[in-house]
Parts: sequence; C-alpha cells; structure tokens
Amino acid sequence: MAGVRIRVRGQVQGVGFRPFIWQLARKLGVTGCVLNDPEGVLIEAFGPTDTLPDLIRAKAPPLARIDAIEVSPLTAEAPQDFTIAASQGTGAETRVTPDAATCPDCLREIRDPEDRRHGYAFANCTHCGPRFTILNALPYDRGQTTMAPFIMCPDCAAEYANPADRRFHAQPVACPACGPKLWIEPPHDAPLDEAAARLRHGEILAIKGLGGFHLACDARNEGAIALLRERKHRPAKPFALMGTLEMIRQHATPSEAEVALLQDPAAPIVLIRGTGGLPPNIAPDQNTLGWMLPYTPLHHLLLDAFGAPLVMTSGNLSGEPQVIGNDEAREKLAPFADAFLMHDRDIARRLDDSVERITPHGPMILRRARGRVPGTLPLPEGFADAPQTVAYGGQMKAAICLIKNGQALLGHHLGELDEALTWEAFQQADRDYADLFDHKPQVVAVDLHPDFRASRHGAARAEAEGLALEEVQHHHAHLAACMGENLWPLDGGKVAGIILDGTGLGADGTVWGGELLLGDYTGFERMAWLRPAPLIGGDMAAKEPWRNALARLDQAGLQAKADALFGDKPLGMARMAVERGLNAPLSSSAGRLFEAVAAALGICPDRQSYEGEAAMTLEALAQPTSAPPYSFARTGSEIDPAPLWQRIQDDLDRGTPLSTISIRFHAGLAQQFAQAAVQLVHSGQAQAIALSGGCFQSEVLLGLTLHYIGTQAPVLIHTKTPANDGGLALGQALVAAARHLG
Amino acid sequence: MNMMRLKQDTVTLAHGGGGKAMRDLIESVFTSVFQPDGMEDQARLMDAALQEPGARLAFTTDSFVVDPVEFPGGDIGKIAVCGTVNDLAVGGAKPLWLSAAFIIEEGTEIALLRRIVESMRIEAEKAGVRIVTGDTKVVGRGSADKVFITTSGVGVIPAGRTLSAGRIQEGDVAIVNGVLGDHGAAILAARGDMMLSTDIQSDCQGLGHLMQAVCQAADVRACRDATRGGVASALNEMADACGLAIEIEETALPLRTEVKGVCEILGLDPLYLANEGTLVLFVPEDEAEAALAAMKSTEAGQGACIIGRAKKGPAGQVTMRTLFGGARIVDMLVGEQLPRIC
Ligand SMILES: [Fe+3]
Ligand SMILES: [Mg+2]
Ligand SMILES: [Zn+2]
Ligand SMILES: [Zn+2]
Repeated sequence: MAGVRIRVRGQVQGVGFRPFIWQLARKLGVTGCVLNDPEGVLIEAFGPTDTLPDLIRAKAPPLARIDAIEVSPLTAEAPQDFTIAASQGTGAETRVTPDAATCPDCLREIRDPEDRRHGYAFANCTHCGPRFTILNALPYDRGQTTMAPFIMCPDCAAEYANPADRRFHAQPVACPACGPKLWIEPPHDAPLDEAAARLRHGEILAIKGLGGFHLACDARNEGAIALLRERKHRPAKPFALMGTLEMIRQHATPSEAEVALLQDPAAPIVLIRGTGGLPPNIAPDQNTLGWMLPYTPLHHLLLDAFGAPLVMTSGNLSGEPQVIGNDEAREKLAPFADAFLMHDRDIARRLDDSVERITPHGPMILRRARGRVPGTLPLPEGFADAPQTVAYGGQMKAAICLIKNGQALLGHHLGELDEALTWEAFQQADRDYADLFDHKPQVVAVDLHPDFRASRHGAARAEAEGLALEEVQHHHAHLAACMGENLWPLDGGKVAGIILDGTGLGADGTVWGGELLLGDYTGFERMAWLRPAPLIGGDMAAKEPWRNALARLDQAGLQAKADALFGDKPLGMARMAVERGLNAPLSSSAGRLFEAVAAALGICPDRQSYEGEAAMTLEALAQPTSAPPYSFARTGSEIDPAPLWQRIQDDLDRGTPLSTISIRFHAGLAQQFAQAAVQLVHSGQAQAIALSGGCFQSEVLLGLTLHYIGTQAPVLIHTKTPANDGGLALGQALVAAARHLG
Repeated sequence: MNMMRLKQDTVTLAHGGGGKAMRDLIESVFTSVFQPDGMEDQARLMDAALQEPGARLAFTTDSFVVDPVEFPGGDIGKIAVCGTVNDLAVGGAKPLWLSAAFIIEEGTEIALLRRIVESMRIEAEKAGVRIVTGDTKVVGRGSADKVFITTSGVGVIPAGRTLSAGRIQEGDVAIVNGVLGDHGAAILAARGDMMLSTDIQSDCQGLGHLMQAVCQAADVRACRDATRGGVASALNEMADACGLAIEIEETALPLRTEVKGVCEILGLDPLYLANEGTLVLFVPEDEAEAALAAMKSTEAGQGACIIGRAKKGPAGQVTMRTLFGGARIVDMLVGEQLPRIC
C-alpha cells in the first residue's frame, strides 16, 4: 500500500515530539509508526496523510524547533495501528534540550487546590522543566539524571508510560509523593511562607534554582539591597530582578517583543528600559533593569507568597562561578545569606541565567547560558561537509563551540578562566559537549593569544591527539561568528567587518581592538584601525579608565589637560612606563577608547567595579541631539581620535550636557567606521558589512553604526549569539573548518 | 698588587689582550681582593665536611646580567655571589667555594669594577664561602652591557639530607623567609630614574645560614629560590614535581606597601617579580612552628611566614585564595605578559 515517509529535522528529540505525532496520527486515522534516529524523527504513515506535514509544522510541541520536513513516497504493508517504535542507530535518544520555564499547564496544576501537584515546587512535563542542568550522562533518561534517586510513584509512572499524557517520557516527572522536597534552613514547617516573611523583614535568602543558587532580597527595599551589595562586595554591578509580568509592568513598560522574550521558554534576564519606583541601588547609573519571569514552580510559588519583585543575583563568592551544591552553599554563602531555601534535586551542571535584550534592530544576546544551551545552530551553506571541529574561545567570557554534521553547538557562558572553579567547569564542558554531540574532532581551533588558558588547552589537546591545530586571530573570529550566525555562505564573498572590541592579539603581534577587517571565512586583511595608544599597565588599563584617558590626552598633545584631570594619580610613573615601554603595549582597542572618554568626562570611578562599567555609564547618558558627530582625524589607515578631546572640552565649556557629548562621541566613532566600511562595499571589495566585538553590546553604538551605513550595504549583526567573546568560539570553529574545506 | 699600578680609569681592549695590562687588571682588581690560595688557574679544595660518610658534593653555576648593574640594595657582584650561594643552599648544601668569571665591556669604569668586586668579597665573607678561581674577558663596546658575571659554586650536602619537591605531601605548609618582590621592584625603580620616590631596596642576600638553621630544626621537604619568575614560578615548579595542588592565601603574602604600589601602577603581579634573597620551602604542618622559629633566628629569616599549603587537587595547579574568597589560578609565565582582557 502507498504511504509516506516523513523526515523531520531540527530540535525534535526529548521535546514530546513522538507522542505529539502519535496523537496527531490517531486523530487523523493514520496508521504507521514514529521513531527517533540519529537524523531526527522519522515517520512512516499510511491513510489520510495529506495534511500531516502542515499539521506537524503548525502544532509542534512548544520546545521543538523544526529545521526541515522532507516527504517521500513509501510502499509497504500498512499496519493496523499507529505506534511509537524503538529508536534506531547510535546517536538517537541522545539529545537533550535546553531547560525550559514552567509551562501554563503545569502552572495551572500547582495553583489548583484539587490537583495532586498543588503547591508542588518541582512539577514539570514534556513541555517544560529541567533538562541540561540535571543531566549526568547520556543517553538522556531518568537514570542518567539527578532524578535517578527519586523512584516514581504509581501515579507518576502511569503518566510517564501513557503516550496520551503530557508527561509521556518526561524524564524529571515528579509529584509530592515521590519527587524532590523543599525545605528552609533554619528549619520551618512552611518553607515558602517563612521565606516570604524573611524577605519582608529585609533579609537575604540563598535560593537553590535550576542552574545554581541565587541570592535574593526584596527589590523594593533599598536597605536590603545595600546590605546585599556590602556582603557580596559588589558596589555597583547591576542586580537582576525576578517578577511576574504584572509586577514588571508596575515599574516599566515592556514592548510586545520584550514580553515575548520574557515569556520565551528560555526565560532569560531581559534588559528593559525604565527603573520607575524601584531603589536606584539595584542598577546604579543605568537606565535599564534586568528582569526575568519566574521559571520554575519554586519561583512561582515564592513570588505568590511574597507578592513583589525580588532581586535575584547569582550566589557566588566574588569572582567565582555560581554555587550549585547544598553543602557548598552552606559553606560559601553563609556570610551572605540569612536563610537557605533548599531542595534535594542535585544540579548536575552550573548554568547562569542568560541575559538578553530587544533593540530596535532585533534581539541581542549578552550572555548565552540557561535555556539556550545545548541548542544547536545551523551552519551556513558550504559547511555541510566541514570536518568535526572544536573551538575553545577566549579568556574572559569563555565558551566552547563544536561543529558536526552541518550544525554548531555553541556551549554555555563559563566566565573567566583564571578562576579555578571556572577552569574546572571549562574542562567539564569540554568533556560534556564532546559526549553530548558524540564528537570526535579532526580540527582544534584556538585564539592566537598564547596565554589564554583555552588556547593552551586546545594546543595541548591537538598535540596529544594528533589533531590539526588552527590559530585564529581574535577579531577575524568575531567577524566569522557574525557571518556564520547570519548564514553567510562559505562562497558568499568577502565581508567588511567593523569589529569594535576590547583587546585581542593581532596578527602582527600588537594588540588590536578597533578594526575594519575585510575577509571571508578563511582569511582577512586589516583595512583600517584606531590609532594605537599605550595600555598603561597592560590589563590594568582595562580596570582603570583614567589610564586610557591619560594615554589618549598625552598622545593628542594635551598633557596639561591630563595633569588637570588626573592630578591625584601617579602620572609620573605612568608616563615613565609609556616612555620606557614598561608593560604599556600599544593597542587600537575601541573598548579602551570608550573608557578614556568616560574618564575624561569624570563619570566613572577610578577603578571599574565590573567590566564595562564606564562604557555602560557613558552609553546610558546618551540622548539624541541635532549636533553633529565628533570628527576624527584620518591618516592613511589610522582613525585617530586625537581631535575628540578639544571638542569635548569646548562642549563642556559651553555647558553642553553630558548626554549630548556622549552621543556625539558614539556617533563620531560609528560614522568613521561606517564610512570606511561602506567604501569597501562601493568599491566592490566587500559584499556586506558585519558588526561584531564587545562594543556592539551597546545599543546606542549599534544603532548609530546602522544609521550611518543606512541602505548603502547589506548589514549582518548578532541576534542569536553574543557579539562579545561569548560568541568567539563559533567564529574560530568556522574559520578553522573553512580552512580545512578549502 | 697595589691599586696604584693601574693607570687607566676605564677598561680597554688591551686589558683583555693576555699581556701585562691584563695581568695588572686581574691582580689589581680581582686577586688582591679575593685572595685565592696560590696563583694557579686551578683551585684545589679540601674541607672536613667532604670527608663525612654519606656527604655529597653539590655543584651549580649561574650567569648574571642585571640592568642597571648597581641598584638600591646591591649590585651585580652581590647578586652573583648570593645567587650561586642560594642555589646551593636551597638544595640543602652548605656552600663552600665559588668561581667567578667576568665578561667586561670596553669602557667600563675601573672604579665600578672595584665596587662590584668589593661587594662580592663582603658577601662571600658573610656567606662563609671563598672565591677560589676565576676568569676575565674584555669585549668591544656594545658586545656586552658593562659587566656580565658567571659564578659557579661547590658545597656539601650532609648525609641524610634530601630536599626534593617530590617529597612534598598533602597538608605540608609553604613558608617564605620575608617580603616578596623587593628585588624586582627595586630594579624597576632604578630603571625609572627619578620617577620613583620610593626607597625600595633589593632583597639581595645570602640564604646559606638560614637554610642550615631551618634544616636542623625541621624536615624541610623541598626549597626553591624564588628568583626569576618570582614565587609564582617557584611554586609551580614544586607543584609540578610533587603532583599535588598548592594553594596560597592572598592575605598571607608579605608585601611591602611600596612594592604593592609600584606593582599596581605598572600593572605587574608581585608574585612574578624577581627576588634575590627570597626562598619558599615546604615543611610538615606540625613542624611549621619550629621551622619559623629557626628561620627567624637568622638575619635573612626575620620576615618568615606561612603563605599556603599543598593539598589535593589538579596536579601541578597553583591557586591563590583571594581576599573575598575566590581561587585564582597562578600560572607559570609563558612569555612576555600580553593583555588578555577583552
Ligand atoms: Fe573580543
Ligand atoms: Mg642556577
Ligand atoms: Zn509543564
Ligand atoms: Zn509521583
């Protein structure tokens, strides 16, 4: 009998796809079978199958992502029934999807006094719940997760076994009778009420979440927030908030797109403009607040009990990654927290909250972690036959990327690799993702910088296993990452890359960071750059903005101005270091230029208390103006900011507001690079312009750069991967793979 | 052998020519000060310690190149003696004899040479070693920077004393004899001319007496001279060799405020600054008090203190627990420090 074979590709395993097909087939009166195999889901269907492909697309489960549906004819004996068949081939059943926020059905249950999961903090189903954070080993089934010690009760087991149930094969299925338990320390009979009461008293709570512990306090209580800042030694870095949509709307006016992002199953922290009615010490000098919706039943129940938004910051020692173990929390968080809201479902893997925002130019991912990994990204045309490649990323926002079968798996944000626990997590991630992707690399990609821990790790692995090692220049990797996430084809021609970044080792041994590159996946030329200035004290220059202002002012011949501004600083020593080349390498860094301007305007502390503080404060000031952008000097390939300083001084003398000075600077920088890039397109050397590097986390800079490019060229920007070093590994992997394809 | 016999103020190529000028230089500047036994090119050595059953000979060599050759707290001569004495001492040996070979740039002031040689004499005397043989060469302008010195040293390790990083065990404590980074900071300051109003002195000193004292008081498992690459490199070498992790405490590190200040301004990590009289050694935890007391009874051990311990963990990994509790990995420096912050 004639039937069809339907192949579904994408994120279709571990998301309730087979029961969905099973139910759909039964409804339509279709017979046949559905199964998982290494390529995705395979369906054999007989009967009224015409509408099946369209219905699959239209009604797919919430966590599924369909990349392709292929239908081919099939002649075989039609079975009597429709069944879920055993998985076929290695690699099937091995997929695990990202963790997902509590779904509406589960939420309804925990709030329904009649439901057996009423008030239960660990309810979940096929459409929601923990995944990657509870996975110990593959394949992904309960015995290999931290749910293993919890033996399903008959009721849960029945749900688990019933294809018609929303919990069919939901590995973490649980209920109050058989699943994880919630408690509070010091002990109390009603942990949630007690937690809420303590929060109302201005106490700080350690709360065990999905990917780690949070420290929480009442977001309306300035004193509690100040106490949290003091205990955490975190003077100014913005805190994230958790609240329901109604709570958020009392303090901000999220757009439709922002609401949709908040409600995404990934439940990221979303930066939303407006700080109305909340204490300023949540995010000093910022005009946005980072909000997330409650994403586990525990969070929902806690917010129900407390009734107001909470500060939810990661529970860690300064510089260390988030705490995940109960004993570890009791030991390390004791100095910060007055009480612990705990449970007995272990966290297998630390995952920070993802941080994202919506700009007028689309979504922007600042930190890619919980809810986003281990999702895969499709690779551009031409990479289908790319060798299996692993790329190890940068030093400060480490993330690993694997390439296999035309897909890329960009791993989660790990943090700074000199931190011992982060380094441990990096090594774990390296093993983990290799298992997860059944990955056997032929090519290893690393940054050019020999002292990045990740570079050394990659070089050592390549040497030990006899793999090809590809060193990729930092800003070329940024460019390739941006091209790659925009699916720029392998043979799509050259792209002009405006890469505005902190620092990265250049191909010539100097330190780069404000670059116009012209390149494709395999190679690049450096076409223009910011005039280099010394980084006084090397990495110390990234911490103390005044050093960069001093370097730039002196370079512009305005020593007296520098003396006046920074008279209390050790200028003699600093200048001596420059003169003698003592740990003062020249760099074209754009990030350091932002800091120089912020320092010259006196709007940042002598030492930044977190990375990006000066630049973010400068950005937050910017307001639209009719005044023209500041102009830069152009000498050959060098874009020289020297003229800036006098113009800024003139503006200050005229009483021009800082908001105008800030935007004139942003606009000037954007205009310089946009014009230079557009020229490359007009002359036919480049087919498009890509914008990447950490500075493009600034919505203002991004918007202005796009403005000055206008319609003169196609533009590629980051919307799915971070423009910062969190996306670096993707670019490294693409460059390395392309070299082995060419 | 009096100083009058040298007519020139500076060293000329003729002083390296092998003739009378050279002999005059050697006698006037070197042998008159060091006074080796006899005038042979070859030293013939004897010491009672060599006769002890089980005693072993220790032998080391090192070349010294310092810019500037004179700096607050010392000069290249002092370093050349202390460095080799310390190489012997930290291996558990009692230093006895040194050789000294000089490569001198044409045009170097004789007066400078005399000062260097005199400080070598003083330091050797303090350390209880004799400079018994040597050599000089003169090279043209620009072929060397004033003076380069190579010293070799011979000492005796008493029977039963085996210092080796492989002996470090979990729980052993790491002790330093005093403040870190003074030498490196003093050199930087001296190079920076007037800019530094600080008076940081090099820590350049011999550690022979200190080592004899502490080895008698405690079972010193292993010891390293924290010279180039600083305490960070010494600890990394030891961690690699013992296959354990080593954790130090930021708050326990003895640092002079001035050194901290200079490091901060220049963006340098004092853990990597060179020392010329600082060692780090490991003893069992229950012998730490005795070791500290013995060290403090010597001039070079006044600032002795515990900075960390060996523990279970990734083999060869050195970490520093920071002020607020995180643990930072303290790596061996690969090359020149390049900025890493993106
Ligand atoms: Fe970067
Ligand atoms: Mg040596
Ligand atoms: Zn659900
Ligand atoms: Zn149950």
